[in-house]
Amino acid sequence: MDFAQILSNSVAFIIAPATIAYALAAIGLSVQFGYAGLLNMGIAAYMAIGAYGYAISTLTFGLPWWGGVLVGIVGSVIFSLILGIPTLRLRGDYLAIVTIAAAEVLRLLFLTATFDEITGSADGLSGYHESFRGANPFPEGTYGFGPFTMSANGAWVTTFGVILVAVSLLVVWALMRSPWGRVLKGIREDEDAVRALGKNVFSFKLQALVLGGVFGALGGVVYALPSSVNPGSYVTSLTFFVYTALLLGGAATVFGPVLGSVLFWVLQTFLGNVLPGLASSGILPISSSQASTLRFILVGVALMLIVIFRPQGILGNKKELTFVK
Amino acid sequence: MSRSRPILLVILGTLVAFAVMFGSAPAAHADDAGLDDNPFRVSGNVQYNGDPLEDVKLTVEGGGYKVDVETDAEGKWRVGVPEKAEYEVTLDESTLPDGVAVVEGSNVQKVTVGAGGRVTTNFFIGKGERNVTPFFDQLVQRLVSGLNFGLMLGLAAVGLSLVFGTTGLSNFAHAEMVTFGALIAWFLGASLGLPIYVAIILAIVFSALFGLVMDVGLWRPLRRKGLGTVQLMIVSIGLSLALRYIFQFFIGGGTLQLPGSNSPEIKLFGAVSLTVIDIVSMGISIVVIAAFAVWLLFTRIGKATRAISDNPSLAAASGINVDRVVRIVWIMAAGLAGLAGVLYAYYRPGLKWDMGAQILLLVFAAVTLGGLGTAFGALVGALVVGILVEISSLWIPADLKYVGALVVLILILLFRPQGILGRRERIG
Repeated sequence: MDFAQILSNSVAFIIAPATIAYALAAIGLSVQFGYAGLLNMGIAAYMAIGAYGYAISTLTFGLPWWGGVLVGIVGSVIFSLILGIPTLRLRGDYLAIVTIAAAEVLRLLFLTATFDEITGSADGLSGYHESFRGANPFPEGTYGFGPFTMSANGAWVTTFGVILVAVSLLVVWALMRSPWGRVLKGIREDEDAVRALGKNVFSFKLQALVLGGVFGALGGVVYALPSSVNPGSYVTSLTFFVYTALLLGGAATVFGPVLGSVLFWVLQTFLGNVLPGLASSGILPISSSQASTLRFILVGVALMLIVIFRPQGILGNKKELTFVK
Repeated sequence: MSRSRPILLVILGTLVAFAVMFGSAPAAHADDAGLDDNPFRVSGNVQYNGDPLEDVKLTVEGGGYKVDVETDAEGKWRVGVPEKAEYEVTLDESTLPDGVAVVEGSNVQKVTVGAGGRVTTNFFIGKGERNVTPFFDQLVQRLVSGLNFGLMLGLAAVGLSLVFGTTGLSNFAHAEMVTFGALIAWFLGASLGLPIYVAIILAIVFSALFGLVMDVGLWRPLRRKGLGTVQLMIVSIGLSLALRYIFQFFIGGGTLQLPGSNSPEIKLFGAVSLTVIDIVSMGISIVVIAAFAVWLLFTRIGKATRAISDNPSLAAASGINVDRVVRIVWIMAAGLAGLAGVLYAYYRPGLKWDMGAQILLLVFAAVTLGGLGTAFGALVGALVVGILVEISSLWIPADLKYVGALVVLILILLFRPQGILGRRERIG
């Protein structure tokens, strides 16, 4: 077991595309769940819309890469409207069940063999990189240093992703200190009080759902950029993992989603390397496939402990009531 | 049923060489038709699993010419036709042995006699009922397996509904309670080799204990701590993830079979058949659900449970020990979920670490359809969902069959959130 190598692998995940994708999705959730109190359990569907929207419009319709990103965004807005207009009047846990069911429906539609020519069914989609890589401003070569060494394509994906995260953070930061953001937080704390002030609660919730959904879709695009779109990724577990990352960092904070995603992925990678290593060198008396399952057990336990003992997350403020009663 | 039936055979060659060899003198062992009068040939042979099928009737028709032929002892047939043209070859499926059908494409094929003056055609014969089963039989078959599936979902759904009614918790870990039952039954029955009936009963007992442990160890302290429903729900999601991967830790990612999972089929009528396990499973579900209904309607604890579902504070004020009733509800819910898991493992068939998670949303659909927090509503909802899932696969692809149920779940929540049997004040 090469400990230096493992540490290097883990540290590399601070700016890996998967981390950036989780961070964007978690930023979206922070708007929806953290600030507006909407229990959207379908963030995996938003990511799927981003990823499939990007891949399908590039492959089937031959759009350039930015066209694919736009299609992903528009798709997520449409999904938010379809989901939001009827459901936002429902109570919190009802919304959760509707969104999780809608996410499963969408996943099954992407997975079915019926639309194989467009969605690639169980094989997913790949080979849509030409346009994005054609726009790569980095000349061939290696970039970065130490654990962050990457190829020109990797550097382009990472740069693009980091820019998206930075812009998203700026948008969320600016919005949440604006009057609009205060109304949103007010809705989370006490919907009726805000309604009594003459605000259109439904409209604010819908705006939050749409805005968060756009970030989720962008997360999906970044998730798809480095390699391929695989329908097995967009399962309900993905939603739960993004929630874990979000709650770890702090749901109602600007930087919480990013911090949570980075910690989530660095720890996941570290455990994913260390535990099988310990198992194969005989320190842990289990097989190495059992050892790699262990880290997912820890995710579940961590999610429980965070919600029970520190629901505001690492960066959160206890005074802010994150969870709707 | 949607269980894959391997297409066993498929055949059919034909032998241009054969036709050439015997073209001049009509072969004694073939039921040749019109071979002397006509210059051109259409031929083939019919086999199933490598065995020739004798006396299968075929009709070749085209250009105003029609000829019937039967296959010989070697499964071969050929006819003479007058023109180089397109002909339609029809295989009469009623002359195939029982349980065998043309499984790929249709039993009518178009052939064109080309420049060579000879053409051969293949039918893909396999075990299956696709073309011979009347629609009504398929419908009945789906209805029966939908009923079976629905009863099984009902066992899981009433528990989920009771827990929701008494504690307000949307318990995502209910899925893992389902898997847990199947897992224990497998461990005792297949690994330790206990008789399967003993193993199943013990599995239910252990599931019930598991429910007790969860309530005492986790949910009651959290209720004391005053966590909100959303917080509790996310805790249950965490618990669900942890348990699911703990199961995978022990049994790996594959599918395991419970003992006796390939029981004999009993033919009812037409093409409708059920396995012994299907019948026993439905019987057990009905008996258990009936016993549960009696418990809920007529015993003191049952009445207390319904009182708490209606109004917890009022129930507590009228002297009902809410904590005790909730503990009993957890025990019952977990036991029923464990039984549902065992039955689901036979229905699928096989048990898998995430099998509960696969039906969790259907169970939620059942509970919501009937009305959150009403046990009998959950039962009705489960039957509707089970039958809907099975029946809908008559028209939509099998890999989309859950979509119908989930869309119904969404629509119900949108238009009648209180469900079929629920009351409006519960939607909060």
